[in-house]
Amino acid sequence: MSSKRPKNRASNKAKEKDKKDDTDFPSPDESATESAPPDYIFPLVLTSATQELFGCRADEDVTGENPYKLLKKEDIIQDMKTRAAVSDFSPVKHTVLEYPEDELLLVFDRDFTYGQSFYLVLTAEAKENILKPSVLQGEDVEVMEQEEEEEEIMPKTPESHPWISLGSEQEIEKESFTDSRPKLRYKISRLLRDFGAPVRFSDRSALDGKEGFVECPSYQDKSFSIRELQRHTSVQATSNIKHSSTQTLWKCPKNMCTQYEPREFSADEKENHLQSENLKNFIQSVVIRFEMALQQNHIMNVFCDDWVALCEDESALTGKTETQLKEYQSFTDLHYSREKTISHLQWHPTISGVIAVAMTERMSFEERIDNSTKLMLNPSYILFWSFSDPINPQLKLESPEDVLSFQFCPSDPNIIAGGCLNGQVVLWDISAHVERLQGTRSGDKNTINTLDKSNDPPVVRYCAVSGIENGHRSPITDIQWLPETFEVSRLGSPEENTSQISAQIVTCAPDCCVMFWDLRAPHVTTQSLTETKNKKKTEEMPLENPHGVPNTFKHLNLTWKPFIRVSLPKIGTSGEYSPLKFSLRDNTVDYPIVSTADKPPPNSEREDGSGFGQLPSGKEQKPLEHISTKLYVGTEDGELVYTDWKMEKDNDSGRLYSAKPSHRFILHDTLVNTVSRSPFFRDIILTVGSWSFAIWKEGVMNGPIVMSSCSQKMYTAGQWSLSRPAVFFIGKEDGSIEVWDLLEKTHEPSQTQNISITPITCIKARSISSKQHLLAVSDGLGILHILEIPWTLRRSSSNERKNVWMYFEKEEERLLYFHQRKLQHEKEKEMEAEELRKMEPVLPQKQDEELQADALKEYEQYLSLETITLKDTNLLMGTDDASDL
Amino acid sequence: MAKVEETLKRIQSQKGVQGIIIVNAEGIPIKSTLDNSSTVQYAAHIQQLLMKARSMVREVDPQNDLTFLRVRSKKNEIMIAPDKDYFLIVIQNPTE
Repeated sequence: MSSKRPKNRASNKAKEKDKKDDTDFPSPDESATESAPPDYIFPLVLTSATQELFGCRADEDVTGENPYKLLKKEDIIQDMKTRAAVSDFSPVKHTVLEYPEDELLLVFDRDFTYGQSFYLVLTAEAKENILKPSVLQGEDVEVMEQEEEEEEIMPKTPESHPWISLGSEQEIEKESFTDSRPKLRYKISRLLRDFGAPVRFSDRSALDGKEGFVECPSYQDKSFSIRELQRHTSVQATSNIKHSSTQTLWKCPKNMCTQYEPREFSADEKENHLQSENLKNFIQSVVIRFEMALQQNHIMNVFCDDWVALCEDESALTGKTETQLKEYQSFTDLHYSREKTISHLQWHPTISGVIAVAMTERMSFEERIDNSTKLMLNPSYILFWSFSDPINPQLKLESPEDVLSFQFCPSDPNIIAGGCLNGQVVLWDISAHVERLQGTRSGDKNTINTLDKSNDPPVVRYCAVSGIENGHRSPITDIQWLPETFEVSRLGSPEENTSQISAQIVTCAPDCCVMFWDLRAPHVTTQSLTETKNKKKTEEMPLENPHGVPNTFKHLNLTWKPFIRVSLPKIGTSGEYSPLKFSLRDNTVDYPIVSTADKPPPNSEREDGSGFGQLPSGKEQKPLEHISTKLYVGTEDGELVYTDWKMEKDNDSGRLYSAKPSHRFILHDTLVNTVSRSPFFRDIILTVGSWSFAIWKEGVMNGPIVMSSCSQKMYTAGQWSLSRPAVFFIGKEDGSIEVWDLLEKTHEPSQTQNISITPITCIKARSISSKQHLLAVSDGLGILHILEIPWTLRRSSSNERKNVWMYFEKEEERLLYFHQRKLQHEKEKEMEAEELRKMEPVLPQKQDEELQADALKEYEQYLSLETITLKDTNLLMGTDDASDL
Repeated sequence: MAKVEETLKRIQSQKGVQGIIIVNAEGIPIKSTLDNSSTVQYAAHIQQLLMKARSMVREVDPQNDLTFLRVRSKKNEIMIAPDKDYFLIVIQNPTE
């Protein structure tokens, strides 16, 4: 403030003295706090180079006492030209160029009053003023100094003075606008006559003269820049899409139908046509072609594919040329098979890989009597073998005597019925041990506890045995279950089996009886039924169960007797046939599907022993009509007896007796050891005697349709193949098996294979899977051989059944023909004999010799006739054989 | 008439012949040994087949004409002989 006051005073004083208008020239000696430089002052920085160039070096040429330096304008211009933008004078380029005088004043500003070390005076007037009033300012400085001293000594409060004009109103006046003269007003208008005058337009180029248009060209404005950005865009063209829809008129739907019938001629028209000549000619011309075509078809089937028909039998011949029965496994047990032979064997019907084998002593009758005490101690067994364990049998069924024949019950494989040597029928129930058998089937030895698999298989005692007095009196040689399809009543008539469980057994023995046994409790009367039931109940309770025998057949034990006893009286003579084997016809009955609720549950009731007892007995059943009640029986004497098991009532005595057999065929020389039906044909039966076998057809009563020649070795067993209708197996005394293929050869077996050294006792076939068919063969040493049936014997060709059937029919025809021829032949013989007799009385006079000669001649004639006819028949026989092959 | 019958019998007696039908050119059966429904069916279908076969033969070679048509199927063989006004159908089972 204090600095400003003196400045103001100085300036005011300067103004008062100078009385100039606008300039206020601060002296260079004033204090340095001058903020804004006036317009005519331009502070400059001069580099040392410029200072040298212009000779205004600081503190040398130009000092504080002498700060003024006059620079020539031309020099500055030249410097600017040479150094362009770098020149220190470049900011004042314009001012320098327009400077009127030749010299510019450069002032050295020692005190940096205007911010820089030099300043340039831009106007001439200012230059003059600065140079000249330096004198004046010298005086002012003195005054100022004095006044400053005075003020410092006596500061006093400012007194209010009337406003003293210090020249600022001049500035204001200068700045304000005043009209220097009155405004002039002009009115310009067009001449009236020009209004509405016709206008004439003409073209003029816009570029002619710059007055015609105003241009706004673009220019690069440095103060404003547009930053260029890059942007990715894409463009896609699409076609115009238009959505539109239409709707069809929904017409009312209407059901419509048409019916047509073919055009037909009326009877008259047809007649007309038939009568017409045209038709006749047509037929005549056309018939020839037809006959040719028809005959062609008949001669040969042109479309028959020979390749397909050819390779049918030999498909997949690659490598499968083995025809021998391969040994698969053999079972023998050291303890139980020693010195024993297998009398019968059977495959377990449901569990695959399990076979049951009945072991019997190899002793003749006398030996048995001799060793009877020893035999009593050694019980006889049926052994169960499983494929998983060839050394130890799985199960042993104990029986009171040697079992000659046994069978699994078809509806429940846990029940086994066997016929013993003493004529008893024995029943076993192996339900408790089924898991053991099933477990071993998988062959998984690890899962079964080793403790269980001790060397001693569990023994199952028989749970029921028939009474000795009631059963057979000789060893039971064949025992079969009746299928669950039908039952037999007391009279022998078949009735339907509502429970679908086989409960009846048929046995036969050489005591000339075929017996029917029923497993169910005997149905006495309704009154005593409750009593017997109660009795049974009370009896069952205290009776203990020794030997762990299941109580399934407790009701039968020791009291069982057959309900039908069929005897076989001989035809023509007295006496009876002694059956060894029999075969029933396989009768099937269609039952309506019974719901499972009706069937009694099999296992739960077994434990009470009342399961079989509760089955309804045969009184309420409906009789079935189409069941054949006839059976074939093979006897000890080599006969085949065809009889009916139905009992007939003798009107006189009221007793039931069995009818005489209808037919009897004597064929084999010794006992018949097999009577078995073919699994493919219901009425074809194979009987095997000791030296030959025969095939019979049920219904053909003349004889066997196929008979084999006598073999050198005895036949001991026979069995049809399960998969091929023409194949069957015969076991021989020397331990070999013959495979007969009826379609291949009928005079000899197609294959013979030796299995063991002792005679074969039983053969049974079984198919385990479609790829594996096994044949179980037992021999006299007690060894059970399992053989695998090769592919050739297993796979039947497609026409095999048909071919076999045709073969059998042919044989039947042959038989009939033979029979007829025989009858005819006999007739002829009779006629001849009659003629001879007639001829005799006509010539009584002839002498004896002549008579004899005549008789001889006639006899010779007759002989020749006979030979001729025999020859004819022989020849025919030969051709038949040839056609068989 | 008798001759027609006789010839038809001759054809019928051949082995395996199942039926004979005489049809006129339009496909209306005149005489048949089969039942009516089969006859009508056979006649209608075979007439169409015959037209097609004949036109095929003639188109391939206009000088040629169809004389006999045999249709062999799985179960039997159908033989057709066409003529100007009639055609005869015989059905035979050759592999008996």
